[in-house]
Amino acid sequence: MSSVLDNLVNQPYKHGFVTDIEAETAPRGLNEDIIRLISAKKNEPQWLLDFRLKAYEHWLTMPEPHWANVHHPKIDFQDIIYYSAPKPKKKKSMDEVDPELLKTFEKLGVPMNERAALAGVAVDVIFDSVSVATTYKEKLADVGIIFCSISEAVRDHPDLVRQYLGSVVPVGDNYYAALNSAVFTDGSFCFIPKGVKCPMELSTYFRINTQDSGQFERTLIVAEEGASVSYLEGCTAPKFDTNQLHAAVVELVALDRADIKYSTVQNWYAGDENGVGGIYNFVTKRGLCKGEGSRISWTQVETGSAITWKYPSCVLLGDNSVGEFYSVALTNHHQQADTGTKMIHIGRNTKSTIISKGISAGQSNNSYRGLVKVGPKAEGARNFSQCDSMLIGAKCSASTFPYIDVQNPAAQVEHEATTSKIGEDQLFYFRQRGIGAEEAVSMIINGFCKEVFQQLPMEFAVEATKLLGIKLEGSVG
Amino acid sequence: MINANAKVLLEVRDLRATVAGVEILKGLNLTVKAGEVHAIMGPNGSGKSTFSKVISGHPAYEVTGGEVLFEGRNLLELEAEERARAGVFLGFQYPVEIPGVTNSAFLRLAYNTVQGARGKDELDPLEFDDLVREKAQLLEMDPAFLDRGVNEGFSGGEKKRNEILQMAILEPLLAILDETDSGLDIDALRIVANGVNRLHTADTACILVTHYQRLLTYIVPDYVHVMDAGRIVKTGDKALALELEERGYDWVVNAAAA
Repeated sequence: MSSVLDNLVNQPYKHGFVTDIEAETAPRGLNEDIIRLISAKKNEPQWLLDFRLKAYEHWLTMPEPHWANVHHPKIDFQDIIYYSAPKPKKKKSMDEVDPELLKTFEKLGVPMNERAALAGVAVDVIFDSVSVATTYKEKLADVGIIFCSISEAVRDHPDLVRQYLGSVVPVGDNYYAALNSAVFTDGSFCFIPKGVKCPMELSTYFRINTQDSGQFERTLIVAEEGASVSYLEGCTAPKFDTNQLHAAVVELVALDRADIKYSTVQNWYAGDENGVGGIYNFVTKRGLCKGEGSRISWTQVETGSAITWKYPSCVLLGDNSVGEFYSVALTNHHQQADTGTKMIHIGRNTKSTIISKGISAGQSNNSYRGLVKVGPKAEGARNFSQCDSMLIGAKCSASTFPYIDVQNPAAQVEHEATTSKIGEDQLFYFRQRGIGAEEAVSMIINGFCKEVFQQLPMEFAVEATKLLGIKLEGSVG
Repeated sequence: MINANAKVLLEVRDLRATVAGVEILKGLNLTVKAGEVHAIMGPNGSGKSTFSKVISGHPAYEVTGGEVLFEGRNLLELEAEERARAGVFLGFQYPVEIPGVTNSAFLRLAYNTVQGARGKDELDPLEFDDLVREKAQLLEMDPAFLDRGVNEGFSGGEKKRNEILQMAILEPLLAILDETDSGLDIDALRIVANGVNRLHTADTACILVTHYQRLLTYIVPDYVHVMDAGRIVKTGDKALALELEERGYDWVVNAAAA
């Protein structure tokens, strides 16, 4: 029976291919000159170069963090290429986009052209650090929404970027965030002005391409008073043997009564079944509920990467603000995930909900790590946390590290946790009723993740279900 | 009901099986014809539950000898799900809980899979809802059961009723009910027994694995078998069950050993 389960969860990575495009690449290693090179390549203003250099100074003084429940060989930060871009060409329309790129998107099933139009999805495609095509920009611009690459935003809306960049995740916040602040090459910028409800889901597809190029995306989303937006991030990467570092930073700012929903489906290359290769995903994601009655909701489905180190968090500063975290993390083979959230209650009557579902298969290691902190002024703060783990097979592990720090006696904090196992007896129960093992596993997993999938936008929920299916399907018997 | 001309559903010959390397079934013989009700009784550890698991194809049990024919087909060649689709049903002694999967979704998938395998039409959710409500009534079950996770938080009695509900929906040719009576109060026992009786036809057969005569006053067996040390050591009619209730198993076991 263990062989049945093994087959079910051991599906080769389906998106492993490399696109052959001449890349313009910086020499390996990191120093001030490289940072100046990145900044110069991107024609950045002085303040941004200063921002980068300040971050770099911080980074030099910081120790690499080792508290996460993950293990990997020491990363040689001088062996990484910090800048790599497709050769710059002037692009006006989709027709002028490199056909190789388009073919790649096709293989991935990225909804770019008609598909984007049909699905009503605006896609800002990040391809090896530089944004090559942005659709729907004009349509969004009609209602005053800015949705573009962060490089364009720096050029076209420097004041907005300068005001908010680093305001949620300061340059010296943590080791990887400092690194990202020093060397980020591109990412997405989204600004929803006062009172505007974004008329469509905004979507970015990330893809890591050049071998050994670290990826340092930077995303900044600002929703002004009463604005709302739903943002989708989907990721997939080609197959490589050497580990690739990915250290993104995502900052969200919600002003009074603003509402930001950020959904991620992550399926980066996880390494082979022996644990060789795969992406190191060390991401800092944080949202600031700055205004009264604002709301930030994170939903993530994490199925890829060799190592995931990621804690999408909410700082609930405004009174009556709401933070939510819905997560499914699936690990297989030798994958390691240490993921969770931080809910920092500062304002009065702030509310947070944490629903975390961890699925471990193979020899993988899946940890939930979460902090619920209630400050002394957070009268009436409430939190509900539920952390469920599911084990498939006998060689994987799941851990839960909930930290609770309450400094206000009127706060109400609840934590529930369960651990279950897809065992022989559960599978036999399905099979005895005529249902095959593969369908049984898929039904159990989807049932287990239901509360999280319900939070995803419709198309994404379908995609997420499929993704778990791909991870768990295989020849049975 | 015994009918000498009825067709043979299950033919077990000299069946041997091990679990974790230990031999539990040591040459078991049994013939079950359509329309019959068999009871298998016997002391703890005699191999009754192992027998039900082996017939239904639990992967933890290894068949080391003998043969099992179902409607003339070699049952041992089939995977557990194929046996279920062919019409073998096991009512579990300890039904597992499957949180997050609703009873109705589970039942419908099982029903449609089995129907598909039998070349019959599948039902859409609305049609299936009608069917399942009708069957739930038979077992005096609150339809609210259907929206709950499979066996999730069910009492022992509710789980057993849910097993019989599944049997009612899947309409097996051969139902093996493994200690379906354990954990039932007297009212629930009557309801479950009544359900089993209503589902029983001249084309189907039932094997009741039980410790107690109690169940057999409600579901009257045509044959009563006593199992000991992995074999059937005595076969009689319903009167044997009463005698066992009175005298225990020792006299049968000792006579068999002598």
